[in-house]
Amino acid sequence: MRTLIAALLSLAAAPAYAQYPQRPVQLIVPWGAGGGTDATARIIGTLLEKELKQPFNVVNRTGGSGVVGHDAIAKSAPDGYTIGMITVEITMMHHVGLTPLTYKDYTPIGLVNADPAGVNVRVDSPYKSVKELLAAIKANPGKMKASGTGQGGIWHLAIAGLLKDQGIDPNALPWVPSNGAAPGLQDMVAGGVEVVPCSIPEARSMIDAGKVRALAIMDANPPALYPNVPTLKKELGTNWQIAAWRVIAAPKGIPAEAQKTLVSALKRVYDSKEYKDFMASRGFGVVWADPAGTAKFMADSDTNLGAALKAVGLAK
Amino acid sequence: MGLLTASVLAQAFALVFDPYVLWVILASAIFGLFVGAVPGLTATMATALLVPVTFFMPPVPAIASIVTATAMAIFAGDIPSCLLRMPGTPASAAYTDEAYAMTKKGQGELALGSGLWFSILGGLFGTAVLIAAAPSLAEIALKFSSFEYFWLVVLGLASAVFLAIGNPLKGVVSLLFGLLVASEGLDNPAGFPRFTFGSAELAGGLTLIPIMIGMFAVSEILRSVGRIDEPWEMAQTKIGNVLHGMWGLTKRYPWQLLRGSAVGTAIGALPGAGADIAAWMSYAISKRFSKEPEKFGTGHIEGIIEAGASNNSALAGAWIPALVFGIPGDSITAIVIGVLYIKGLNPGPTIFMNNAPAIYAVFMVFILANLLMLPLGLAAIRAAKQMLRAPREVLLPVILLFCIVGSFAINNSIFGVALMLAFGIVGYVMEENGFPIAPAILGLVLGAMLEENFISSMIKADGRLLAFFERPIAGSLGILTIVVFSVPLIRRTMAVPWRRSEK
Repeated sequence: MRTLIAALLSLAAAPAYAQYPQRPVQLIVPWGAGGGTDATARIIGTLLEKELKQPFNVVNRTGGSGVVGHDAIAKSAPDGYTIGMITVEITMMHHVGLTPLTYKDYTPIGLVNADPAGVNVRVDSPYKSVKELLAAIKANPGKMKASGTGQGGIWHLAIAGLLKDQGIDPNALPWVPSNGAAPGLQDMVAGGVEVVPCSIPEARSMIDAGKVRALAIMDANPPALYPNVPTLKKELGTNWQIAAWRVIAAPKGIPAEAQKTLVSALKRVYDSKEYKDFMASRGFGVVWADPAGTAKFMADSDTNLGAALKAVGLAK
Repeated sequence: MGLLTASVLAQAFALVFDPYVLWVILASAIFGLFVGAVPGLTATMATALLVPVTFFMPPVPAIASIVTATAMAIFAGDIPSCLLRMPGTPASAAYTDEAYAMTKKGQGELALGSGLWFSILGGLFGTAVLIAAAPSLAEIALKFSSFEYFWLVVLGLASAVFLAIGNPLKGVVSLLFGLLVASEGLDNPAGFPRFTFGSAELAGGLTLIPIMIGMFAVSEILRSVGRIDEPWEMAQTKIGNVLHGMWGLTKRYPWQLLRGSAVGTAIGALPGAGADIAAWMSYAISKRFSKEPEKFGTGHIEGIIEAGASNNSALAGAWIPALVFGIPGDSITAIVIGVLYIKGLNPGPTIFMNNAPAIYAVFMVFILANLLMLPLGLAAIRAAKQMLRAPREVLLPVILLFCIVGSFAINNSIFGVALMLAFGIVGYVMEENGFPIAPAILGLVLGAMLEENFISSMIKADGRLLAFFERPIAGSLGILTIVVFSVPLIRRTMAVPWRRSEK
């Protein structure tokens, strides 16, 4: 509704000679209302609105495992009035042949978040450490199952990559596709699968409810929410790390002035107490990178995930 | 359940009956009524639009705004559904045809009045269960894995047979068409693009809301345009005091009310199934156990009572797993969980202890919202029914305009509008040839769930079909499903020789 009104308003707006932004900005989210990406985009949109004194309307363009929304951001008019929140999937989907789009089709504004993968099991699981779990997977290939996202999604790659890294066949832990972490966790608690390698904030309510145990985190440091959960480095001595991330980006070729304004506004939003409090309350990780840093970060992500997809036999 | 002491109740009372909170509740109620009554704008969308506003509110009014707006929206969906055959939200789709048939018979006010009255009673029932039994019910809901959901979905598909009036075979064909349409796109377990022709829009799948608006409302517009010269026979009989009539219906159909509310609460409490599926199931159950099933589809109040109570009770039911385990019971609570965390009301079994005053305040808001629905709902009905007085050549273009706005708004894409218009023609052709469209909508609602749960189960069981009967709940549901499907067939084969011998 708001978008519609915004669209009508934009028709009536004067030509944009004056300082950017002159009219409402659309912020496209490729994932559904209610998820972590949506929530993060909405707080950023609200705070950007305060900074730049123009409405930032969050629009969910869902479907196609993220293809639809990412496509809409890349193909919108490069005038600075449509931006979006692109996610880790943009460095994965093209390797699998789902879309020709890559991270190079966007103007990066800034990296605002990253959430590392975890290794979560049921609380009554016999495996008390990631070492024991991996040994059991190796001993009985195919017996245990894992879930927490779609086929070839980020958490699937996280655990498959870890198995590969430890010299275990990734197929020893078959993947059960699910519509995200919450249904995967629910299925695990119901006894349907044994492992859910989702991020710690996603598993938080079930960990607090005493239903789920986090065995490890695939990051350099233990999670802020549960400092007792060890890193893979500590448990296995490996450097395997993987995280889901979120970047604010615009289509390729937006005016330099608009990019500059957006970058400095986003940096102020990132540094604000409201943003930090919000992310802390949800347990989401905060990371910042400027446009150049974001571009390098996405390039690294693309290389690593491409290699991981190839290793588990998903890349085309 | 936590420690419910007088002091906790007093604190909760103080949290709710604060002028600011009451103002928020009233404003959200009006917002919810508006969103629900405009087709294409759903209760989920109302919640998503409220989230940025709640960032700047204290916890209780933040949650109160969502509770109130969604309850109002689910009821308000009945208004255009009944008067214009245009379901305001998917939760009204199950009994749209029934309510519209009543309007055509001149009983629109009765249909809307009972939609309102039984929405309130269903909502209060769901709230009572939420207050009394949330922790233990959430434990049961967590025992459902893909095997149980698979059977539940198949059971839901059985409703299609009951929904089809006249020719069950055409009902099944319509259902299969819905399932086929649901399979389109990239969002399937294998992530494989089906019928996408390289288009990103098609990769997103054919979404329910524009199709639903098209098949119900646009097909009806097409039909009306064909008969624009005939006089409009929509004279509405006044039923006098709406509430008086409701008391009579409550006494006449107490069992339907109770069953609808119980089924709605249970379906709502199951993660992944919400108010829309609850309404379908309840409508089918109502017809199956009715003493006068032949009246269903001709403008009969019984199914509206049961399904109307069901979809509103499902709203409260969905909060059960959301509050206890942070597992969303439907798409609305999926958003609510995020808000709960931001407001420091972290979901978990201990929420009833750690945040008792705030949680009981939320429960009070549930009750208050349902009570507030009565005066606001009556006012909305009174305003809405004036629409039927408008000349048809004015009303039809306005309805079409709303259809376009709704289909655009769901995904902010012109593709939705094209989809709506195309399926309007499909719906028109289907109905002109005696194919009911309700089963097709049901197929669309359940198609993705059916496939996902089947594939997930098969992967988990390494392809053994017997695994669908190995878990206690799954096994019982499986046997129930087989009985539901085979009883009509057995009856039929038994009945045929008997009829012959009679000749």
